[in-house]
Amino acid sequence: MKKTIVLGTLAAVGLTAGMASAGTLDDVKAKGELACGVSTGLVGFAAPDANGEWAGFDVSVCRAVAAAVLGDPTAIKFVPLTGKTRFTALASGEVDVLARNTTWTFSRDVDLKFTFVGVNYYDGQGFMVPKALGVSSATELDGATICIQTGTTTELNLADYFRSNGMSYEPVPIETNAESQQNYLAGACDVYTTDASGLAATRATFENPDDHMLLPEIVSKEPLGPLVRHGDDQWGDIVRWTLNALITAEELGVTSANLAEKSAGTDNPEINRLLGSEGNLGEMLGLDAAWAARAIAAGGNYGEIFEANIGESTAIGLSRGLNAQWTQGGLIYSPPFR
Amino acid sequence: MSNLSYVRTEMLQEQAPPVTQTGIVMWLRENMFSSIGNSILTIVSGVLIYMVLASIVPWFWQSSWTAHSLGECREAIAHTYGEGTEGACFSVITERYNQLLFGFYPSELYWRPILAFVLLLLATAPVLFPAIPSKYLGFSALYPFAGFWLIWGGSLWVPLAAIFGFALAYAAAVYLPKVIGSLGSVIAAILLPLIWWIGLSGSVADGLQNVVPLAIQSVDSINIGGFTLSVMIGITGITLSLPIGILLALGRQSNLFVVKTICVGFIEFIRGVPLITLLFVASTLLNYFMPPGTSFDLILRVMIMVTLFASAYMAEVIRGGLAALPKGQYEAADALGLDYWKATRLIIMPQALKISIPNIVSNFIGLFKDTTLVSIIGLMDPIGLSTAIRANQEWNGIVWELFAFIALLFWIVCFSMSRYSMYLERKLKTGH
Amino acid sequence: MSMADQTASKPSFRLSMLIYDTRYRSMTIQVIALILFMLAVAWLLSNAASNLAALGKPLSFSFLSQPAGYDINQTLIEYNNQMSHGRAALVGILNTLLVAFLGCVLATILGVTIGVLRLSNNWIVSRLMTIYIETFRNVPVLLWILLTMAVLIESLPKIALFRGENPINTMSFGNSVAFTNAGTFIPKPIFLSGSTPVVVIFFLSLVGIWAFGRWAHKRQDETGVVLPTFSIKLAIFFLPSIAAFYILGQPITLEYPVMARFRFEGGFVIRNSLIALWLALSFYTAAFIAEAVRAGIQAVSHGQTEAAAALGIRPRRTMQLIVLPQALRVIIPPMISQYLNLTKNSSLAIAVGYMDITGTLGGITLNQTGREMESLVILMACYLSISITVSLFMNWYNESIKMKER
Repeated sequence: MKKTIVLGTLAAVGLTAGMASAGTLDDVKAKGELACGVSTGLVGFAAPDANGEWAGFDVSVCRAVAAAVLGDPTAIKFVPLTGKTRFTALASGEVDVLARNTTWTFSRDVDLKFTFVGVNYYDGQGFMVPKALGVSSATELDGATICIQTGTTTELNLADYFRSNGMSYEPVPIETNAESQQNYLAGACDVYTTDASGLAATRATFENPDDHMLLPEIVSKEPLGPLVRHGDDQWGDIVRWTLNALITAEELGVTSANLAEKSAGTDNPEINRLLGSEGNLGEMLGLDAAWAARAIAAGGNYGEIFEANIGESTAIGLSRGLNAQWTQGGLIYSPPFR
Repeated sequence: MSNLSYVRTEMLQEQAPPVTQTGIVMWLRENMFSSIGNSILTIVSGVLIYMVLASIVPWFWQSSWTAHSLGECREAIAHTYGEGTEGACFSVITERYNQLLFGFYPSELYWRPILAFVLLLLATAPVLFPAIPSKYLGFSALYPFAGFWLIWGGSLWVPLAAIFGFALAYAAAVYLPKVIGSLGSVIAAILLPLIWWIGLSGSVADGLQNVVPLAIQSVDSINIGGFTLSVMIGITGITLSLPIGILLALGRQSNLFVVKTICVGFIEFIRGVPLITLLFVASTLLNYFMPPGTSFDLILRVMIMVTLFASAYMAEVIRGGLAALPKGQYEAADALGLDYWKATRLIIMPQALKISIPNIVSNFIGLFKDTTLVSIIGLMDPIGLSTAIRANQEWNGIVWELFAFIALLFWIVCFSMSRYSMYLERKLKTGH
Repeated sequence: MSMADQTASKPSFRLSMLIYDTRYRSMTIQVIALILFMLAVAWLLSNAASNLAALGKPLSFSFLSQPAGYDINQTLIEYNNQMSHGRAALVGILNTLLVAFLGCVLATILGVTIGVLRLSNNWIVSRLMTIYIETFRNVPVLLWILLTMAVLIESLPKIALFRGENPINTMSFGNSVAFTNAGTFIPKPIFLSGSTPVVVIFFLSLVGIWAFGRWAHKRQDETGVVLPTFSIKLAIFFLPSIAAFYILGQPITLEYPVMARFRFEGGFVIRNSLIALWLALSFYTAAFIAEAVRAGIQAVSHGQTEAAAALGIRPRRTMQLIVLPQALRVIIPPMISQYLNLTKNSSLAIAVGYMDITGTLGGITLNQTGREMESLVILMACYLSISITVSLFMNWYNESIKMKER
C-alpha cells in the first residue's frame, strides 16, 4: 500500500512548473478552466448548493470571466479559501483570480503586490443588534460584547472605531460566519459586526429577522472587488474589462434577454463596440470579438447578477444603494468602451 | 427400636434459594447494590442516563426527514407535533449526505469512490487478517494505484508508470547485489526509480497515452471532499508513512552519528509541533520552498505534510517494535553472516512490524481523526462542508444534526478499527 | 609470496577502500548523507529566499514591534490594541499555557476517576465509563470543541437575562458568580496593604505540608507507625492561613462582578471560548488517560495483590502501598505524552475564537501583516520549546522511577 501519490505529486510539480512561466491567459486556455478563489461559504456571495454548484454574487464574476476567456461559464475550478489562505493562494498561482469579498486597501495593493481590477460591491462595516437591546446608535455600545469574523480588516476597523470614540468593548473573534452567527443568535454577544452586506444577508436567514436591526453607523469603507497578481497586465485587463462590460451592459440596457438581438447590431455605437459587432476591442484584449457578449450571457449584466443573488427579490434583500449605476446616484461607474 | 434413626433417611426436598440469591435480584445485588457507595453510584448513573435520554430521545423522535430548508422543517415539526416543539431536522442529512460523503464529486461518478472504498476493504484484509493466504498481498500492493486512479481518474498510464518505478527498485534490489554489491544495490534501488519518476515517467506516460489512449474522466482534486477526502488523506498518510517511518526508525537506531542526528532531529521536530501548524505550512509556505514558479494542488500539499507528520509518529511506533525484539534475534542474524540490510529485511523487520500492527492501527485512528483539521485551512472535509452547508440560505442556522452525523461517521470507523486493534493485541499476546 | 608481502606491508590507501573497508565505510556513508542533507536544506532555503525576494518580502521580524491594532478579550497580562504584535504573541503563549495547564489538571482528575471506575464491579458504572471512553476517543477533538462551544452558548442562560432593574436571572453563590452564555463572571481577590504576611504564611504552610509528608514517611519507615497524614496535611493547609487572615484584620477582600449596561464589570471573566476549549480538551484527553490508568492497574500482576493479602495487608493499603506505586510506573509515561497531545491540541482554539498563540501570532497577526514565514517559524519554535521542556522532564522522571535492578 503506498505510493502513487509520489508520482502524482511529481507529475503535478513537473506540469505546473512548466506552465507557470507563461502568461495567465495562456495558462487558463491551456488548462481549459479558470481557477477562481472564493469564500468557504457566505450567503449570497458564494456557497455551493445541493449539487455542488457554486452560486453567488462573487461567483458570477468568475463565471463571466470564464465565459469571456474560455467560452464556457462552467469551466471553472472553484477553490474555497479562508481569510488566511486567500492571498498566498493567489500569489502562488493556485488561483487565477480571487473573488472573495476582499477589501481593496493600500497595503494589499502595494505591499502584498496584488492588482485590484475594480470594485464589484461598495460595502462598509456595520453593526447588527437585537431590537431588544434597546440601542439605536453605535455610540451607545460602550462596554458591549461584539462578535467579529477574524482574518479580515473588520477587527482593525472595530478597534479603531472604539478607540477614536473612547469606548471599550469585548471582542469575540470567530473564524467562520456560521459560528459567529450562532454566537450572536444565542445571545453570547450583543452585537455582530461585519460588512453591511454580510449583516443583511445573515439577518435575512434568521427565523425572526424583524427582531434584529442594523445600526445606522457604517464605520469603514470596504470596496470589495476581484483581484489578480501584480505583473500580468494582460490578464488584469481581461478581468477588469469583463467586470466593466457587465457594468456597462447594465448602463446601456443590454440584458441577457435582449443580448442576441443587440449583438446583431444596434444604432448605439458603444453597444456595438461592447458586443463586438463594431471595432476590435476583443482582439486588443487577446480575445475574440464576442467575449463581452458571452460574459453577459453567463449571468446577465451587473444589475441582473445583483438582483439574482443579493437583490431585493431575494431573501437577502439588499437595496442597490451605493451600488446603483452612477446615473441612478450610485458609485457603479465603468470607463467607456472605446 | 431398629427403626429408630438419628439421621434422616431420606433427602429433604430441595428448596429454592433465597430470593436475594437468584436471578435478577442477585445479579442486581452483586453488580449494582453491593455496598452503600455502589448503590449511590448506581442511582447517580441512572439519573444521568435518564437525563441524557430525556433530552435527546424526543428531539430525535420528533424530527423531520423530508423538508428542503430549515424554515420548512421547523414548520413541519410545529405542524405535526404542536407549536414550540424542538425536533431534529434530519432532512439536512437526507438532502446533503451525498455531499458529506463525496464532496463535490460528480454525482454520476459516485461509483468510483464507492468502488475504491470496497477495494480498499478487500486490499486491507490480507494485511489485517493473517488467515488469508499471503499471495493476495500482491493485490494489496497494487491497490493504492488502483484506488487513486479510480478517484482521480485520468490516464491509466500514469499509475502504470509509477508501478514501473517500483519494479525498477525491486529489480535493482534483487539482481544488482551480485554485480555491484549490497550497498550499491540499495543506492541503485533508491536512485533508479527517482530518476525514472522525476525525469522520464511523465513523458513516457504521455507518449503511451497518445499511442494507446486508456483513460477515464479525471476529477479535479478540489471537487474531492467530504468523507472521501478524510479517508484519502488518512490512507495516504499512513501508507506512505510506513516506508519513511521504517527508514527513520532504522536511522534513529543506527550508530552512524550524522544519520542518527538527522533522524532524531526530524522526528522530534515533527512530534513537537501541532499538526495545524504543519497544515498552515502546507497552505501558505510550502510553495515558497519549491523552485520559483512551481505551484501544485493544495490537497497534494496537505498530503505531503500529513505524510511527514505521520512518518515521525510511525517511526516511534516501529522503534517500539524494534525495541521489543529480543536481542538474540539480532545476534542470530549476525551469526548467520547476514549483512545489515539482509538481516533487517529478512529477520528484524518482519517481526518488528508484526508486533507493531496494533500500534500502527491506533496511530491510524489518531491520524484519521486529525484529518478534520484540514477544514481550518479551507479544505472541504465533512466539517468544512458543514460550514459551507450552513452558509447556504436554506440551511443557515443548523448545528446539531450536521455535527451528530459527522461524529457518527467518524465514530463508526474509529470504533471498528480500535476493536480490530484490540482483537489483534489479544491474538499477539502469547505470554502467560 | 606476493600475498604475504601485501598482508605484511601496511596497505596503502586506495579510493575503493572508502566503500569496501569497514573502517572507512561508515564514515563515507555519513559524509555522503551529510552532504545530501545539506544540499537538500540549501536547495529549500535558496528556493525560499528567491521566492520571497520575488514577492518583495525579504525575511524580517520587524513587524513584531509594530502596533498590533487588534484587541484580545482574554489576557493574563496587560494588553491593548496599541501594543506590539510581539506583545500579542506573548499574550497568546500565556493563554496557550493557561488552557494547557487547566486542561491537564482536569483531564488527570477525570481520567483517573474514570479509569478506576471502569474497573469497578458496579455493572452500570463500568458500562457507562466504557461508553464514555469509546465515545470520546473515537470522535475527532475538533468536533468535540465545536460541540462543547455550541452546548455552552445554547444551554447557559443568556447574559441579557441578568440585565435591567429586575433581572430574570440572578447571580449564584450569594451574588458572587454569574454563569452566562457570554462567559462566567467570578469575584477577584483584592490584596490590601497588610496582606503580605497572609500570603507568606500560606506559602510557608505549603512548605510545611511537604516537610511533614517527608517526616511522616521517614518515621513510618523507621518505626512502622502510620499517621493520619491526610487530615493533618489538610489542617496545615487551612488553619494557619485562616488564623492569620482574621488576626491581621481581613486584609484580603473580594471584588464582586456588578452588572453594568451590557455585561458584568469588575471581578474576573472567564470567556466561554476558554471554558469550551478547556472542557472539550479535558474530556477528550481524559478518555485516553483513563485507558492508560486502567492498563496500568491491570499491568500489576495479580500475584502482588495476593501476596499482600497473604501478608494480611488490608485492601485499601494494598492499593496504596503495593498496586499504585507499581502501576504509576506504567501510567506516567503515556500520561505525560497525553499532556503533550493536549497542549498541541490546544492550537485548535482558533475554531472557537480563544486567542492562544495560534490565534494571535498564527492567526490575526499573520493575516494582517502577511508575514507567513516569520510568524510560522516563531509559532513552531514556541510549541517546540514547550514540547522539548516537557520531554526533558519526562526523560528525567523515567530515569528516576526506573526499576532499580540489582
